[in-house]
Amino acid sequence: MARSTEGRSKLPAGDLARIAAFAAFIAVLGLPGAFTLFGNSVPVTLQSMGPLLAGAILGARRGALSVILLLALVAAGMPLLAGGRGGLGVFAGPSVGYLIGWVAAAFVAGLIVERSGRRPGTHWVLIACLLGSATTLAVGIPVQAAVSGVPLAETFRLALAFVPGDTAKAIVAALVAAGAQRAYPDAAPAAWRERIDGRS
Amino acid sequence: MSALLTGAYVPGTSPLHRAPAGPKLALLATACTALLLARTPLLVAACAVVVVALYAVGRIGPAAAWAQLRPLRWFVVVLIVVQVLIADVSTAVALTGRLVLAVALAALVTLTTRTTDLMATLERALRPLRRVGVDPARVSLTMSLALRSVPVVAGIAARLREARWARGGRRSARAFAVPLVVGVLRHADAMGEALRARGLDD
Repeated sequence: MARSTEGRSKLPAGDLARIAAFAAFIAVLGLPGAFTLFGNSVPVTLQSMGPLLAGAILGARRGALSVILLLALVAAGMPLLAGGRGGLGVFAGPSVGYLIGWVAAAFVAGLIVERSGRRPGTHWVLIACLLGSATTLAVGIPVQAAVSGVPLAETFRLALAFVPGDTAKAIVAALVAAGAQRAYPDAAPAAWRERIDGRS
Repeated sequence: MSALLTGAYVPGTSPLHRAPAGPKLALLATACTALLLARTPLLVAACAVVVVALYAVGRIGPAAAWAQLRPLRWFVVVLIVVQVLIADVSTAVALTGRLVLAVALAALVTLTTRTTDLMATLERALRPLRRVGVDPARVSLTMSLALRSVPVVAGIAARLREARWARGGRRSARAFAVPLVVGVLRHADAMGEALRARGLDD
């Protein structure tokens, strides 16, 4: 997909596959019924956990690319966002900033987890996911203010309603990422990069 | 699941359906920029008439149009209330109307353009990026892999859910998501092996 800046070589097949699979994973998190809390009484789609998990598990660049890939498919008309949303209309609407924010969130979360070694500690993954989640808001809120014409301070106040939920999702995402990294050592970005680089 | 395979495209033979994807996208960008100039309710109403006429040209029924605009409904209510509180009614109507029209226009392109055509246009648009190392063929391969992976990942999720019900077990999101993520990684890494076996890295 892109040449790495160091090696001038294309992204290896293993990376392409992971990027594609995580784009699909983020889409599935948004399917109704894919993910429910409190039994089935409150259907919550946890799609916004997806970019954090993509970053924490694939690393900064691959995580961000998987979110970009998902957004490209959405722009091409696939209804892959939560609630079956999709198409170019999504990018003309007020939530476009949060979608761009997802790319940044995956990158930020990935950067931190990548740097915390082959077996990242849960606290680092937690910090990564919380900062990633904050990044989404930091990009999304100003864009929403610009698109909707509501002043920034007002938009910020409205968006505060999402903070408790987003924080909870970031914590769950961190626990899930850390759990996956214990169960599948290649789920740590640094470990995977070592393996890929060792092979090529 | 059928919507997942076709996207929101509504088949048809109208002039909008037959127009090539590239120019449609360029027109959409121009129209959305032009919409920013409509600052009074009257101008916005005029734009609305044009948009409705375009939907009629494309033979898109109200049901398909509503499906595209439905996600905006609560946002529109909040936006109008906030705008009326901080500005006045005419600003509220103009700003909100503009936003809805931009979304409606973008949705119209989606409704009248095949997903495959949009993906092909994207691939063409990426061609100049070859210089900086982006390989359009690999991009479209990765897009197809992702589309193919959606039902696979949904299948993994369904299996895990059934297994959890069978155990009558815990309701925690984590107990479900950790094996799901591991399942996704196994699927990804198997797909990577298969691509390598087909010489993608050579």
